[in-house]
Amino acid sequence: MKKEELPQDESLLASMTRELMYVKDKEGKYTTDLSTGWDVKKNALDNAWDDIRERIEAASLAVKNGEKSPIYYFMELRIMDFQVLSGYTGYWAFTIKRHMKPKVFGSLSEKKLAVYAKAFNISIEELKNFKG
Amino acid sequence: MHFCEFVKNKIKLKKKFKHIQSAHCENGVATSLLRYHGLEFMTEPLAFGMGSGIFYLHIPYLSINNGPAITYRTMPGWIFSRTCKSLGVKVHREKFRNEQTAQAFLDQKVKEGAPVGCQVGVFNLPYFPPEYRFHFNAHNLIVYGKENGNYLISDPVMETVTSLSEEDMLKVRFAKGPLAPKGHIYFPEKVGIVTDEIIKKGIIKGIKRSARDMLYIPGNIGGVTGIKYTAKQIRKWRDKLGPRKAGLYLGQIVRMQEEIGTGGGGFRFLFAAFLEQAHHYIKQDQLLEISDDFTKAGDLWRASAVNMGRIYKGRLNEQKDFEESADLLMQISEIEKQAFKKLLKLKLD
Repeated sequence: MKKEELPQDESLLASMTRELMYVKDKEGKYTTDLSTGWDVKKNALDNAWDDIRERIEAASLAVKNGEKSPIYYFMELRIMDFQVLSGYTGYWAFTIKRHMKPKVFGSLSEKKLAVYAKAFNISIEELKNFKG
Repeated sequence: MHFCEFVKNKIKLKKKFKHIQSAHCENGVATSLLRYHGLEFMTEPLAFGMGSGIFYLHIPYLSINNGPAITYRTMPGWIFSRTCKSLGVKVHREKFRNEQTAQAFLDQKVKEGAPVGCQVGVFNLPYFPPEYRFHFNAHNLIVYGKENGNYLISDPVMETVTSLSEEDMLKVRFAKGPLAPKGHIYFPEKVGIVTDEIIKKGIIKGIKRSARDMLYIPGNIGGVTGIKYTAKQIRKWRDKLGPRKAGLYLGQIVRMQEEIGTGGGGFRFLFAAFLEQAHHYIKQDQLLEISDDFTKAGDLWRASAVNMGRIYKGRLNEQKDFEESADLLMQISEIEKQAFKKLLKLKLD
C-alpha cells in the first residue's frame, strides 16, 4: 500500500488513538504513517455490533417468555460465550446450560447466584429480578 | 552539593523509558523493552520477523465471537520469546494464581525502575472504546512506573502513554476465558552484547522458520494451504449459513485481518518491511524482490477485504460475489507460496 492511499476514514477508535500502519513512500521504501480508520473495517465492526444487539434482544425476549433464565441474557449482554463465562464462574459449560433453565435457576443458592453476579459485574438482585 | 544538582543526578540515575507506537502490541512491547535495555537497533519489523510472526491458520468447527476462527499471526507470546532467544536475551516470565501476589510482584518491579510487559484482557480496559472491548485476552502493554496509585502505561498501539488504576490493572491482568493472562508479567532479565553477526543469524532463522511453517505445516488448515481452505469454505458459506450470517463471517475475516494491531493486510506489510530491513544486514537484492511479493500479497488481502466489505454492506450478495472473494484468496495463497519458496531457497549465510 502506498502512503497516499492510506485511508483516513472515520472510526470508533478516534477517542483512543490513530493506528500505525506500514506503507510505501515515494521512493518505494517502507515507512509508517498514522490512519484514523478505514470504512471497510468500520462497516464490519458495525455489523458485528448490530448482530450482538439483536442477540441481546432475543435473549431478553427468551427470558420474558420463560424459555431461559437471566443468566442467558447477561451472558449475551456481556458478549460472553460459554467458554468465557465458564472461565469467570468456574462452572462447566454443561452446568451453566442447566442454570439457564428457568426452573433450575429458581432453585440456585445465593452462593451460586453471587458467583454469576460477580462474573456479570451486577448485584444478585439485578440478576434475580431481570424479567426480560 | 547544590539541591538542584542533586535532583538532576537522581533523575539521571533512572534511565528514561521512551514510548514507541507500533502496529502490533507484542512487537511493540518487544521493541520498546529491548531498546530500553540497550538494543537500539531494534525495530518493530525486525522483532516481528526474527520472531517469525507471520502465519495463517483457520481452525475449523471453532467459532469465535460467532464467526470463523482465523489468525494471520503466530501464537501469542512466541514473537517475543523467539526474538529474545535469537539475540541471547534471557526473559523472565511469571504467572500467578493469587491476585495480591501478582500485584505485589508488579509493584516490586516498578519500584526497581525497569519497565515490564504485561499480558491483559481488553474487555475491562477502560481506555479502549466500548465497541472494541471484546473478551480478547492476548493484548500486551508495558508498565513503566506508578504515580499517585496509578500505573503508568505504555500501550504500544497508542500514540501516547496512558494510565490504569490498581483496581483496573488487576481486572485486566486477571481476565478469564481463552488465553487467560493469569497475571502474566515478563521482562528481559539479562541482555548481553549483540553483534551484527548475531542479528544476521536471528534474521536468517526468522525467515527460514516462517517459510517452513507457511509451506510445510501438516494438514490443510494452516500456512499457504490454510488460505485455500478458507477460500473453499467461503464458497460454501452463502448456501450453508444464509446471506446474512455469511456476510457476518466475512466481516469477521476482515476484522482479524485489518483491525488495529495488524499493520494492515493481515501483517503482510509488516513482513515485507522486515525483509526490506533484513537487506540492511544481508546484502542480497533478492530480499527486496521478495519483499515486493509480500507487498503485493498485502495489497491483494486489502482488495479482498474491499470485496468482502461490499458483500456485508449489502450492495452485493450473490454467490458469484463470494466466489470472487474466494478466487482472490486462492491467488494470494499462490503468491505467498512462491514467495516463501524463494525465501527457503535463498542462501543467506
